[in-house]
Amino acid sequence: MLILECPCCGVKAEETELSPGGEAHLKRFGPGSTDEDFETYMFARQNPKGVHFERWRHAYGCGKWFLAARCTATLEVFGTYPAQTTEPPAELIAKIKARRPDWKGWK
Amino acid sequence: MRRYSVFAIAREALRFHSGWEKAWRSPEPKKQYDVIIVGAGGHGLATAYYLGKNFGITNVAVIEKGWLGGGNTGRNTTIIRSNYLQDPSSAIFEKARALYETLSQDLNYNIMFSPRGLLMLAQTHHEVRGYKRTVHANQLQGVATEWVTPEQVKKLVPMINLHGPRYPVLGGQYQARGGTARHDAVAWGYARACSDMGMDIIQNCEVTAVRSANGVVTGVETTRGEIGCKKLGIVVAGHSGVLAEMAGFRLPIESIALQALVSEPIKPCIDIVVMANTVHGYISQSDKGELVIGGGTDGFNNYTQRGSFHHIEETLRALVETFPVISRLKMLRQWGGIVDMTGDRSPLISKTPLGNCFINCGWGTGGFKAIPGSGWAMAELVAKGEPGPLAAEFDMWRFKEGRFIDESVAAGVAH
Ligand SMILES: Cc1cc2nc3c(=O)[nH]c(=O)nc-3n(C[C@H](O)[C@H](O)[C@H](O)COP(=O)(O)OP(=O)(O)OC[C@H]3O[C@@H](n4cnc5c(N)ncnc54)[C@H](O)[C@@H]3O)c2cc1C
Ligand SMILES: [Zn+2]
Repeated sequence: MLILECPCCGVKAEETELSPGGEAHLKRFGPGSTDEDFETYMFARQNPKGVHFERWRHAYGCGKWFLAARCTATLEVFGTYPAQTTEPPAELIAKIKARRPDWKGWK
Repeated sequence: MRRYSVFAIAREALRFHSGWEKAWRSPEPKKQYDVIIVGAGGHGLATAYYLGKNFGITNVAVIEKGWLGGGNTGRNTTIIRSNYLQDPSSAIFEKARALYETLSQDLNYNIMFSPRGLLMLAQTHHEVRGYKRTVHANQLQGVATEWVTPEQVKKLVPMINLHGPRYPVLGGQYQARGGTARHDAVAWGYARACSDMGMDIIQNCEVTAVRSANGVVTGVETTRGEIGCKKLGIVVAGHSGVLAEMAGFRLPIESIALQALVSEPIKPCIDIVVMANTVHGYISQSDKGELVIGGGTDGFNNYTQRGSFHHIEETLRALVETFPVISRLKMLRQWGGIVDMTGDRSPLISKTPLGNCFINCGWGTGGFKAIPGSGWAMAELVAKGEPGPLAAEFDMWRFKEGRFIDESVAAGVAH
């Protein structure tokens, strides 16, 4: 069972308390963007076998959104962090690099 | 290849079954093939089979990282139906269902196709409207489905509880020629026929890179060395994104775990397939007597072939309300597969940005039923380099152009 620590309220929440929200750090494209940008934003989401950054909501807890770094091949959780950021924190990236030396890095 | 028949059984019975041949060869990979198919699931093997049967292309290798049929093909709940809403879907699913009718004879392999009837329960007013609409669409498409009342549902499934407080049965959509087949047998039957045509099925061989020159595919690197090819078909379901990255493009696909489970065997109690889409529960009874139950998908990306336990709990909680008699059953086994989900819940059978490289994926939670039709359409695409009428609408550029084949709104779920 997946357990994520909510960075907003500090609760170690198990999966049934949380609702998944898909890829994190998306750049949103809307009217006026190119077809390619809009398609990639809307449909061609990151789907790595390995390190993945995602949005989660502590739905049956404090109700707040936060972000998590997780391995989709092993379900290992590297860490969670508040959603008010455009990229993962440097310490987290360093931690993931240490755990996954062959990881190509974030974006 | 020696044919299977009643006489073969008699002959082998008289000599202690010492004369059965291996169903397929396990050859060393050659240096070069006309066509390489990556992925020996049902769709990959069917593609190879129809390449040989319909187009005479037999210098083909099917490369599989594990064992053939060990992916979603060997993990699904084997529901076969063609009652889809959109015309391109019902065309390819009905083609597949029709091919299933005679597949055992075609392959000389008993795939145990059992058109026992398939019922989709309407448990909300939204579903009532949706299924009636699908029945009307199916009539225009020439697919035989009908709307049935709650009383007719009770006749079809005597053990059902029509008056569950949360999930009352308001009617259903019935396809009399829908049903099930033996999943392993479909993979094994195609594999045997492919091997018999001289194709190489190479198991325990993982594709690790795609080679190309001047924008055209030239071969693949594998854990058993480099293998060249003129054309490449990628048919790897949940791993499509991984293979697409090797080939240098991105897909509108996300990989998610979907689970199923079986109960202890009991006496015959349900002789059709019942799908309850609102609660994500599917149930049929296997020949061994086990209840085969499929659940809903997880909500997050995952490649681990196991799902979250609470989804099983949700499915069973809802099914127990609709089928109270199963409440004391013990569940024997539970497993997961990695399904490849597209935004419109319809598959891709498509050319790709890389020349002579084709992809067949996105069958998500519902591609077992499509195997023969998908292989038929994919073989045509690979052989001619252009899609035929069955595949034409399923190209990967439809997402950019807004030509969705929307089955997610139509059914709520796939299977
Ligand atoms: C629990 C569950 C229930 C389902 N229920 C139904 C149902 O009732 N009805 C229905 O119609 N559908 C159902 N489905 C969906 C159906 O199983 C799939 O759509 C279908 O089997 C996909 O077949 P495939 O050949 O595309 O993929 P798979 O059978 O998964 O085959 C792909 C193969 O590619 C191989 N591969 C991956 N990467 C590589 C690589 N790098 N190199 C070499 N080989 C590789 C894999 O090992 C695998 O064997 C269900 C799925 C699941 C998981
Ligand atoms: Zn919280």
